[in-house]
Amino acid sequence: MTTSTAFVPSTGGGPVSTTPVDAVSLEARAAALCTRSIKTTSKRAALHTTIRCIDLTTLEGTDTAGKVASLCQKAIRPSPGDPTIPSVAAVCVYPEMVEHAVAAVAGTGVAVASVAGAFPAGMSAPAVRVADIADAVGRGADEIDIVLNRSAFMAGDLGRAHDEIVAAKEACGSAHLKVILETGELGSYDQVRRASMLAMAAGADFIKTSTGKIPRAATHPMVLNMAEAIRDYADQTGVVVGLKGAGGIRTAKQAWHHLVIVGETLGSEWLNPELFRLGASSLLNDVLMQIQKLDTGRYSGPDYVTVD
Amino acid sequence: MAPTDNPPETFGIDYAPAPESTAVVDIADSYGHFINGDFVEPSSGATFPTVNPATETHLADIADGSAEDVDRAVTAARAAFEGPWGQMPGSERGKYLFRIARQLQERSREFAVLETMDGGKPITESRDLDLPMSAAWFFYYAGWADKLEYAFPNRTMAPHGVAGQIVPWNFPLMMAAWKLAPALAAGNTVVLKPAETTPLTALLLADVLQDIDLPPGVVNIVTGAGATGAALVSHPGIDKLAFTGSTDVGKAIQRIASTRRIPLTLELGGKAAHIVFEDSAVDQAVEGVVTGIYSNQGHVCCAGSRLLVEESIADQFVERLRRRVSTLRLGDPLDKNTDVGAINSADQLQRITDMVATGVSEGADLFQPEVDLPDKGYWFPPTVFTGVQQSHTVAREEIFGPVLTVQTFRTAEEAVEKANNTPYGLSAGIWTEKGSKILWMAEKLRAGVVWANTYNRFDPASPFGGYKESGFGREGGLHGLSPYLRERTGGTRGGA
Repeated sequence: MTTSTAFVPSTGGGPVSTTPVDAVSLEARAAALCTRSIKTTSKRAALHTTIRCIDLTTLEGTDTAGKVASLCQKAIRPSPGDPTIPSVAAVCVYPEMVEHAVAAVAGTGVAVASVAGAFPAGMSAPAVRVADIADAVGRGADEIDIVLNRSAFMAGDLGRAHDEIVAAKEACGSAHLKVILETGELGSYDQVRRASMLAMAAGADFIKTSTGKIPRAATHPMVLNMAEAIRDYADQTGVVVGLKGAGGIRTAKQAWHHLVIVGETLGSEWLNPELFRLGASSLLNDVLMQIQKLDTGRYSGPDYVTVD
Repeated sequence: MAPTDNPPETFGIDYAPAPESTAVVDIADSYGHFINGDFVEPSSGATFPTVNPATETHLADIADGSAEDVDRAVTAARAAFEGPWGQMPGSERGKYLFRIARQLQERSREFAVLETMDGGKPITESRDLDLPMSAAWFFYYAGWADKLEYAFPNRTMAPHGVAGQIVPWNFPLMMAAWKLAPALAAGNTVVLKPAETTPLTALLLADVLQDIDLPPGVVNIVTGAGATGAALVSHPGIDKLAFTGSTDVGKAIQRIASTRRIPLTLELGGKAAHIVFEDSAVDQAVEGVVTGIYSNQGHVCCAGSRLLVEESIADQFVERLRRRVSTLRLGDPLDKNTDVGAINSADQLQRITDMVATGVSEGADLFQPEVDLPDKGYWFPPTVFTGVQQSHTVAREEIFGPVLTVQTFRTAEEAVEKANNTPYGLSAGIWTEKGSKILWMAEKLRAGVVWANTYNRFDPASPFGGYKESGFGREGGLHGLSPYLRERTGGTRGGA
């Protein structure tokens, strides 16, 4: 399409181009998709899929080995009384907590994701950020969540923002790389579209909305915008990139509308943990309560699901 | 503890049925005309059925209006105009309009379900467009009822008297609202004829009018087909005519109206062009084109039925368009996830089928996504014609169905030339991120409404209407109020 910005994929091939985004129509389309009425068997499937795609997250300065062990137990078996409930995709922690998490989830199929690269601002020297990533990988993280260098991106130094992701990807080795755009800071859907293409061209395995540390995060139009960028990238390069929404997703209804948006934009085949994640903490219990409602016909209360 | 080991339940976009309940509507076996505040039997005793086009089930028998019925309605409207309504201050008239608006909001689910059952449009559209817009129209014009002297400063305005209004089947209640609200705000009384395939929401509106104690005769509703409409148009007691519908019928009405000195407003067909430039926000342009032609199954006079796309992006754009069209969900109009509902009638389905066959025989390339059409009812899949030339029938004639034609252009001048090369001139859409290009195009396009980077947006404050064979006169805003008023010389009675 139009070449307002073109990026050359680090994996080779010709430049990829991005298209402008009209905010009003994008938001109208997202709102229309959020009127999809998800009932009965679809609702149960959506709730199960949501759990399977969750990166159960704790990113607090007060996190401890005990807190992480508890989170991991919840991740493996979200609902102790109901063996039909699947495990979540991954737990997401700070690098210091990775070893505790790795020990807790070993052999369960639940992956360990670590934020790294001077998360959440990323405002450290490039060498420090790369070392932080390498450290997290060395501790056993399967997946690394880094932030886009928004300072370079906003200053127009797209080359630097791009190259730092390439370096991060290298430091990841075989670990999967998720690049957080921090959409709430980029100022426009156009900028997010551009940042999405930049991150994918630089080798991101996933692009991710937010750190969860600022208010405007994984809104439905933002996820739609990034899903369209992923589709454009796949069209132009044949490379399939995953999408992670994170920040502010607290209710099951929000989550299934994210599934609807991604499914209707990229196809139902995107709705699995290989290509779609939801970074969340309190979301899981709302989903469990919705499943209980489907099973029993009644809403229970927060005391009927475990806090973690 | 071992991880749970269960076959995962996968979620896909083949959603489980989510039908809106029909328990909220109560359809009678038969309906008479609504004249002088009451439902009355047709003088001839003749009726015709109205069916649900999605299932072909019979919904009700409807009174078939004769010239005698029309005369009774006009007489009642005249009496109301000479009587209570004509004497009433505008502030009091406004209160009735506010009451109608509030009742439409209060009973919106009932109206929406009935509209979908009688007309076949998706419940999401009747729920999210027809009903809110109908209420908004009454709210808007209610506000003008006591402010006519401010609306038309230094002029003394007065209503015409009895307005005859004929509305189409594509937006049955909304078109009735567009016509009734300004007519009543201005102080006229009305004889309304709904379309024969979709009379039920207008008749439910009669129920609302009884509930709010609108004085008898202010609004009269006579049901029937073309003959009933002709009787209304020819009645000598009519002081003002307004029609929305096909260009052929509009021309016939204008012929009759030309024999008498009465004002006429016509809102007729269209063959609108969407003009998509290479510097547009492409995904949103695709979305606008799709909703512009497939919403309400293309039964929209301002539907964007011709896509003109800049040649440099044509292939990619058409690919995106096909992919998007393939995700449209066609089926039960009452299902809250349905995007494309039923064709309004067997006649209209035949017309669309014939036009598409003509398109194929003239050499255009047909694309239709794989969809399962229900066994019963009137259905047509969303259709895209590529390789279309300006001379093709499908690019020239109004189809009034879910059929889009795609042509390309190289320059903005060429786009304007092709867009304007039609007997119609109702609407157009421009898609570009470049503001100066929007302004340049909007000046050159001969269309009553030009949307930029959006489509099918309506607001009661914004005038709507056509050029050329798309009709004349405007609905909405002060432009839509003035056709229901005449200028008086001297005197201060009535009006405001």
